Amino acid sequence: MTLHPEVRPRPAGHTMEVRLRVNGADRTLQLAPQVSLLDALREHLGLMGTKKGCDQGACGACTVLADGERINACLTLAVQYTGREITTIEGVTDGELQRAFVRHDGFQCGYCTSGQICSAIGMLAEHAAGMPSAVTEHRHGDAELTDAELTQAEIRERMSGNLCRCGAYNGIVDAIQEVAR
Amino acid sequence: MRSFAYVSAPDVASAITAIGASPNAKFIGGGTNLVDLMREDIETPDTVIDITRLPLTGIEELPGGGVRIGALVRNSHLAADRLIRTRYPMLSQALLSGASGQLRNMATVGGNLLQRTRCAYFYDSAAACNKREPGSGCDAIGGFNRNLGVLGVSESCIATNPSDMCVALAALDAIVEVESVRGTRRIPLADFHRLPGSTPHLETELAADELVTAVELPALPVAAKSRYRKVRDRSSYAFALVSVAAALDVRDGMVSEVRLALGGVATKPWRAHEAERILLGAPAGEESYQRAAAAELSAAVGRPENEFKIELARRAIVATLRALDGSVA
Repeated sequence: MTLHPEVRPRPAGHTMEVRLRVNGADRTLQLAPQVSLLDALREHLGLMGTKKGCDQGACGACTVLADGERINACLTLAVQYTGREITTIEGVTDGELQRAFVRHDGFQCGYCTSGQICSAIGMLAEHAAGMPSAVTEHRHGDAELTDAELTQAEIRERMSGNLCRCGAYNGIVDAIQEVAR
Repeated sequence: MRSFAYVSAPDVASAITAIGASPNAKFIGGGTNLVDLMREDIETPDTVIDITRLPLTGIEELPGGGVRIGALVRNSHLAADRLIRTRYPMLSQALLSGASGQLRNMATVGGNLLQRTRCAYFYDSAAACNKREPGSGCDAIGGFNRNLGVLGVSESCIATNPSDMCVALAALDAIVEVESVRGTRRIPLADFHRLPGSTPHLETELAADELVTAVELPALPVAAKSRYRKVRDRSSYAFALVSVAAALDVRDGMVSEVRLALGGVATKPWRAHEAERILLGAPAGEESYQRAAAAELSAAVGRPENEFKIELARRAIVATLRALDGSVA
């Protein structure tokens, strides 16, 4: 994308070509620039696994991975993710976390589950890369510490961006802890 | 969401040229606040200039011991940075106490500086709000204001600045570097945000055509022993009711150096100058901390729903300082 020499507002409803890489496949869409990544995935690519909960970054149901990092798809414009590798729940094919969620009753209605699982994948990668959490920093205060054990308290803090209105948190934390081990 | 034109800027020069040519344009970084505000029709730019490709993602050590942080460094990366964790732990803790893992992966340092209030009346288009619509009044002052401000408030606005990061930056004497077609300016963080006064819609000193390019932290040895303490309604993923960023050095039982700033209680990131003045050279201990906290909060204006914040802030200040001097865990 190059910068237009003259930037002028265009009429409402104009679209532009947006190339996304989703679950390993290149997808080209004609989108208005205000379309969120969440709406692009659900409404334009038919990938309904990513859920729209609050649509304002408060619930985490829309969590997907961008180049392996978890983000809220509702709070970003699809066009900003041109060329980035997006992974949605449909692209999480090994099933390890899914099976652990079933074993531990990590859901009731299931609406938050795909966001929980994508978030957990991103969270485990952050932890493996030595990223601290608020719990790590306050309990240890040690900048050398890069392998804090994934205790229940650590998992709850690191997963706090994913709400579950059924309250299946105990099962969710157990499932993630089992996969982390 | 309303339609807008979108462009992606390849470099800083293009970005500031583009915004200079388009008075109703907005830069977009992580989008975590702007996308939400556009969806609510509170921000209505006709052009959105994507700056996420600009090369402003470095964290560099400066000669003399300071650190320069690119405006597009994301909150999660800054919090995990070893220089920040060892030299300015309060900043790492402040960042990690803010938002969620997902949002910290998206949100940038520059965007965090410009984060707008979460006052419910600002978001509610049916309510009067001088910040959203200058001159319309303030429904928060006589309304549900439990989470709103007690320091730096005016007759026009009591909305709190929601940032955790900025509270630490205020304590650390950070400098904000901004660029426009007119050149580069360096603005102390303490002067970057404005008090609401009678113009609460004017929130910062940043001109409409200026781009935040970096934040610089000066060398500050006392900050190696610092803390960010955040008090909120739930233990994670919530805005602060009260927060305290503090650094403390005690020599021979006396406070030899101190930095103190407050969040969640004020209309801007609140550097507690009055408390620092009282603490400096005073005996380290509960009595001095109580006196300093009371002095800082003497100007606070509480309302029936939020006056608890004054007492809560007093206790949070004292507890944070005691934790730093080693008298409590």
